[in-house]
Amino acid sequence: MEAITQLQYAFDAPLGLGLLWLAWRTLACQDLFEAVVSFAAFGLLMSLAWVRLDAPDVALAEVAVGVGLTGALLLAALAKLRSSKMNEDAAGQLGKEGSEVGRPQWLPLVVLLSVAAGLGHAVWSLPLYSAGLSPEVALHLETSGVSNPVTAVLLNFRAYDTLLEMVVLLLALLGVWTLGGTARRPEAAPGPVLDTLVRLLVPVLILVAAYLLWVGAHAPGGAFQAGALLGAMGVLMLLAGWRLRTSLMALPLRLTVVAGPGAFVAMAVITLFIEGRLLEYPPQHAGTLILILETVAALSIGATLAALFLGSRPQDLENR
Amino acid sequence: MSAAFAYALVGVGLFSLGLYALIVHAHLLRKILAINVMGSGVFLVLVALGGRTREAQPDAVPHAMVITGIVVAVSASALALTLMLKLVAETGRAELPTHRRE
Repeated sequence: MEAITQLQYAFDAPLGLGLLWLAWRTLACQDLFEAVVSFAAFGLLMSLAWVRLDAPDVALAEVAVGVGLTGALLLAALAKLRSSKMNEDAAGQLGKEGSEVGRPQWLPLVVLLSVAAGLGHAVWSLPLYSAGLSPEVALHLETSGVSNPVTAVLLNFRAYDTLLEMVVLLLALLGVWTLGGTARRPEAAPGPVLDTLVRLLVPVLILVAAYLLWVGAHAPGGAFQAGALLGAMGVLMLLAGWRLRTSLMALPLRLTVVAGPGAFVAMAVITLFIEGRLLEYPPQHAGTLILILETVAALSIGATLAALFLGSRPQDLENR
Repeated sequence: MSAAFAYALVGVGLFSLGLYALIVHAHLLRKILAINVMGSGVFLVLVALGGRTREAQPDAVPHAMVITGIVVAVSASALALTLMLKLVAETGRAELPTHRRE
């Protein structure tokens, strides 16, 4: 037992220090490209930390979203930043920063150290053991329709939060579209390696996403992980030069993007009439209803994330 | 020291690092990175403290909240990056106007 504990410390200490070091590199290094790459590596270490903390569901979401999608979004934005030629003399500065960076600023440093000390003290003074809400989750897991407690919380006990989250995703995409999207970068033709890799990976990714969706009822996985994987697949395909047919770009894309929140709202209204409360499923049908909701949500999340990466408004793509 | 508290303290450290960087850096991409690091710190605190149950199974509620949070964070980052690119197209600088004090 002692050997196992020591082994855990030998794992925890480098992981914790590595997280802090990579976060520091992300925020303090001179080159923005290095910062973005450090941030992606930071995400990978975060997902290791989730596994260590017995949170495999979170680890799956972090790998697909935190590392894959955020990294791709940041790199794409950085490339657009560097290629922007609005202001030739400023163009050199856009990808870099002013010289005042790197010099520590004492007032914020002192304030932040006291904030950190206060937060650290607050965390430290918490009781050593606390069951949190896990007894309530365990008590009602039987009637939730699924046996994975995380999926039960996401899609049943706190389905209201998930409804609002779908709306947040939709709002973010609407925001990007309302801003007129971002300028398109001149596209380089994908090399044969990328092209072949994407062709091989896409069917596998679809299969894995479907598996994650199905297995989420009783094991780590679920709509978010599957949706994030579909979104990452969309990003890969976009990078390889693949484009949705313009006829599918108009109404079908918009319908898919709205389908997730739409399905949640429809389910909320139906359950309001049947059970008398928002998103309270009849227990005998809960499993089926959750699977339907999750399937629609996963497709919608995937489409929204890929559209966020693409960034262009549908009407601009139609007119090309 | 239990692992839950160690990871929660790392989370506090990440949050503070991010907040400091958010204040001192002028470049907007760096600010977006800083907000993401702050978010990761908050997530780490939530999940680590959810592991304080006596049973083998950790508390599932913070896990579900963090999964929601990760997806919200990426969509907010996408919107923020678009806003930054629009600002650059408009002003030619990736900084907020208040930072221009030359």
